[in-house]
Formats: sequence, C-alpha cells, structure tokens
Amino acid sequence: MKNLFKLFSIIILIITPNSNSFAAEKVEYLKTDWSFKGLFGKFDRASLQRGYQVYTEVCASCHSMKYLSYRNLAEPGGPEFSEAQAKAIAASFEVTDGPNSDGEMFTRPGKLSDKFVMPYDNVKAAQAANGGAYPPDMSVLVKARGGGVDYIYSLLQGYEEAPNNVSLDDGVYYNKYMYGNKIRMAAPLSDGLVEYGDGTNATVEQMSKDVTTFLMWSAEPHLESRHQMGFKAIVYLIILTVLVYFSMKRIWSRVESEV
Amino acid sequence: MSDHDYRPKSKVGQWFNDRLPLLTLANHLTDYPTPKNLNYWWTFGGILTFCLITQIVTGLTLAMHYIAHADMAFESVEHIMRDVNYGWLIRYIHANGASMFFLAVYIHIFRSLFYGSYKAPREIIWIIGIIIYLLMMAAAFMGYVLPWGQMSFWGATVITNLFSAIPLVGEGIVTWLWGGYSVDNPTLTRFFTLHYLIPFLILGLVVLHIWALHVPGNNNPVGIDIKKPSKDTVPFHPYIVIKDGFALLMFMIVFAFFVFYAPNILGHADNYIEANPMVTPAHIVPEWYLLPFYAILRSVPDKLLGVVAMLSAILILAVLPWLDTSKIRSAVFRPLYKQFYWILVADVLILGYVGAMPAEGLYLLIARVATAYYFLHFLVILPVLGFKEKTLPVPLSITEPVLGGSPNLAAARNKESKIE
Repeated sequence: MKNLFKLFSIIILIITPNSNSFAAEKVEYLKTDWSFKGLFGKFDRASLQRGYQVYTEVCASCHSMKYLSYRNLAEPGGPEFSEAQAKAIAASFEVTDGPNSDGEMFTRPGKLSDKFVMPYDNVKAAQAANGGAYPPDMSVLVKARGGGVDYIYSLLQGYEEAPNNVSLDDGVYYNKYMYGNKIRMAAPLSDGLVEYGDGTNATVEQMSKDVTTFLMWSAEPHLESRHQMGFKAIVYLIILTVLVYFSMKRIWSRVESEV
Repeated sequence: MSDHDYRPKSKVGQWFNDRLPLLTLANHLTDYPTPKNLNYWWTFGGILTFCLITQIVTGLTLAMHYIAHADMAFESVEHIMRDVNYGWLIRYIHANGASMFFLAVYIHIFRSLFYGSYKAPREIIWIIGIIIYLLMMAAAFMGYVLPWGQMSFWGATVITNLFSAIPLVGEGIVTWLWGGYSVDNPTLTRFFTLHYLIPFLILGLVVLHIWALHVPGNNNPVGIDIKKPSKDTVPFHPYIVIKDGFALLMFMIVFAFFVFYAPNILGHADNYIEANPMVTPAHIVPEWYLLPFYAILRSVPDKLLGVVAMLSAILILAVLPWLDTSKIRSAVFRPLYKQFYWILVADVLILGYVGAMPAEGLYLLIARVATAYYFLHFLVILPVLGFKEKTLPVPLSITEPVLGGSPNLAAARNKESKIE
C-alpha cells in the first residue's frame, strides 16, 4: 500500500504543475466566497436570479448569450425561476420567426423553447455599434478566460484612472485586471444601477458577484448535478476499492508473495 | 505456450473448439503464467486497455451528437454539454480520458525503460507499443481540433504547417492535408474521419501488442528470464486480474476526480472561444501530453531541423532495444543506469514545463540544453553504459536466491523493494 501511495502522489505531482503552467502573467485577482466551489458546491439561487437581472438589464444590451434558452431559467440547478416567471421573461422578448404560409417573416413574443434573443443580428453589426470591438458571447465566457470566475469578478471591479504613463485612445478604458490593461468596454456597473427585487443593496461588488455567479451557471448549467454525482461516484469507487483490496489480499495469501 | 492440449469438458464445447478454438484462447488467457513479483507499475497495461475502451465507447456516443462542420461544430459541442442527457458527463470523460490515457501510457513507457522490458526477446512488443503511442498522439491531436475552438484551430494550423518544412513538396503537402488553402471545413471533416478511424487501428495493434507479449511472457522487476509455469509464476486469473482490478479502481478515483471536480483544468481556456481565423491567440500551446515534443520542436532555430528533431525524439525510441547495449534488463542491478534513468525522467518533465512557456530567454536556453541531453541519453549514454557499467549480481530465479544470500543480493533485494 505504501508503494501505491507513492505511485499516486507521483501522478498528482506530474499533473499539477501542468495545470498552472499557463498562468505566467497572472495578477492577483480579487477573492470572494463562491458557493459553487468545493465537493458539495451549489449555486446560490437568489444570487443567480439577481445575476440574471444584472445580465438582462446591463450586459444583454451588448453581449449575446446564444447557447441558452429561456427554458433553462426554470430548469433545476439554475436560477430556478418558476415556469410562469420564465414564460413571462421569454414573452417579454420579440422573436423573429417564419416564414409563415405567405412566405413572410414575422415577430412574436418569445417562448420557453427560444434561445436568448441576441442584441445584434450578427458580429459585424455588434462591431459597428461598439467602435469595432465585438462584445464576446457570454454563454461560456467564464470557461473561456484563464482566471475563470475570479477574473470576471475582478475585471468588473477593476476600472481605475489610467496611470500617467499610459495614454488611452478614445473609447478605450483602463482596467487593472484586463490583459494589457486596455479594454474597450466602459465600466458597466455603478452602485445602485439595478434595483434588486429582494432588497439586496446593489453595490458594484454585489452585482459583480451575482452576475459572475450567473455566468458560471450559464457556462456550466449542470454543475450541481456534476458535483452530486461526483461525490456518489467517488464514494462508490472508494468502497469498491477497499473491498477489492481485501479480496486481493485473500487471494494472494495463497502464494508467498506480497502485493 | 504449451497450452494447446487443452480440451473443453463438455461435448458441445469440444465440438465448437475443434472448429474455432476460442475456448483454448480463453483458457490460455486465464492460465497465462505471470511472474508473481510484478509490482504496481505493471498494472498500467490493464489500465490502458480500460482507457482505450472508455475512449471508444464515449467517443461513439459523442459522435452521435457532434456535427463535423466548421459552422456548427462548436455549437454542437455546447448542445452536447447542455441538452444531451448526461452529455456533459460523456464529453468530460472523453476529454479528460485523453489525458488519463497519456498519463497511463507515460507511466507504462517509463516502466519499460526502468526494467528494460524493451530488450530481447521483447523488441517487437516495444516497437508495436511505439506505433500505438504515435497513433495515440495523432488521434489526440485531431480530437482536440474537433470542438473547433481557438486552440483547436490554431493548434491545427501550427502542426499541419510543420509539413511545409519538407523541401520542395512541403507546401503542396500542407494544401493537400488542409483540403484547401487554410485550415477550414475540409480539414475538420477529414480530421473527424481519421479521429474515428485511428482508435480501431490502435485496438488492432493492442491485440498484436498482447499477442507478442504472450510469446515470451512478461518481463518482471528482477528482469531475469523465468521458467513458465513454475514457482516463479502465478496464473493470470485470479491473481493478476484482481491486482489489475484493484489498481484500475485506484486509477478511476483519480480519473473521477478530474471528470467531476476539475473537468477543465487540463484544457486551455481559449478552446471555449469559437475558432476565429482572424484572431491569433497570444500563446498557442498543445495539450500537456505533447509539450515535451513541442519544446524540442521550438528549441531548434531552423524549422525543418526542428521538425526532424521532434520526430527523431519519438522514433529514436523504436531503435532503443539496439541502442541499449547492456545485457542486464532491470535497472535494479544497474546502479549507473538507474541514476541516468531518473535524470532522463527529470529531463522530460523539464521539457514539458518549458514547452508550456514562451520560447524566449531562459526558457529557450533550458529547452535547448534539455533537448540536447535527451538525445545524449539515447545516443551516447545508453550505448556506452552497456560496456562500462559494473552491474550487480543477478539472481537466477525470483523465488530461489541461488547466490546463497550474498550481501550483494541482499542489497539488490533491498533496493528492489524500495522501487516497487
């Protein structure tokens, strides 16, 4: 058994440095407690709902979320709006459908099965409206950035006056967490920008945390069931491993050799 | 291999076995005499079989939902992650399974290097193994392209461009590989086809690998030839089956940890950005298991020579049985080789590390030194060592210390148990 521990500690040693090897230009990100981290990590439902509010009232005016559907908002493991609420949310958007029997495209209120309506028709339109910069789709944004949730959370709070030696063009802002420090997005959040229905004080920090939580869910909608299944799977494997270990000892006791 | 005299007990069994001796094969596989001193490093063969089957089964399932088209591949992966029942589980097993596969194969290869398993009469097993390893790298590389993220696209661009280093016909070959003038939809569809094909080639080679193994039988930590069957061996079933099963379960715990709790830690964040030919990522890096070779490629200033160096680094392994001139297999009895072995392990880990770093300054220097040492190990140290090294006395069998408990043997035994 001692040898086995050695073996597996070597495996872990081989793997861990690789996982950090891309973090060469890392800055210290702001830290906060994420409820979804850890073996039993789950989303904070209220935070997800507030996060959706921030997304839809602030981010969604420029950022699409094309892989999500309105039905996802009512699914277990997510913000878990009631089905009626999700239907109402969907219906508040105009969706282009068609062609109808006359061959015409038409608009109708959104349904649960519709994908999130995009703010721009295409990438070019998005670029034209944003000074040439494309606001990235947010569906998997958290997974598409090296620092993950900590990076997004920090970036939203990382706007500062540019230091004297940095000159900024028009429409470019200084953010201490952005790669290269220059960002085309103006600071999107300010205290009290949204009014939370549950009375939570909408500070920049609070909104950043809520919307980042929402983005984590949008990138990993099955995170909760993954954690739950993972715990069961690993406990099952450990029990089975112990049982097999003792059977192995028993079987090998017939020969005078060690296992 | 004297098990051909096996007769099934039942009449039906005999009738069938006379026509197709599958029962003889099954009997051979269960009775297969295995050295009883095999340590846990020997369990990775079974683990690798598990990895291959896992990749094939999850891969088949993914292929039912994946769409190999430049405009739809990324979206179809998101569809798998979100809407396919347990699609996230299947994809994360497949993606992390590739890493687990390579982790296991590296342990398997380095086990072979330590115990001299590649030496006569096991050269063919070894060479088939190297071909499997090459095919694994091809399959993994093409599989990484399929999600059509930024690293997929740019990784494919960098690697396929290597062929342009070939004089005269290089550019033509690259165009032929791409099916056009850049990495695009034709590249994606052919990569998907080949990614689907290669695992079955590997499966066939694995059968040959095991067949070739069953001719001389397993090497063992002492590295001596043993009589089979004898006091030194145990039947494969149940002894090795249960031990391999135990090790496999331990391996699966590590595997499950990655799948359920850190499914993206071994991947690159940029691959969650859809491929964009207009935007080049700041650093283009391959998956971790290819990094040592990537470091070798970049350590040579000339493109063609870099490609040659990278390919040689792999192909040199195929001639290893003839580069290593020592008659003694196991490093347990080779005090000098053992030290060089661990230096090589460190060298490859260093190459992997610098492979992930930008190729400049100190990193580049380290990569060059480590690359030079890699070749030095195989081309100079190993051939010379066989003649110069004073090896320790080797026992004549696993069970019987024929040398009568000499201090050397005791020391060897002691060392052996430390390594296990």
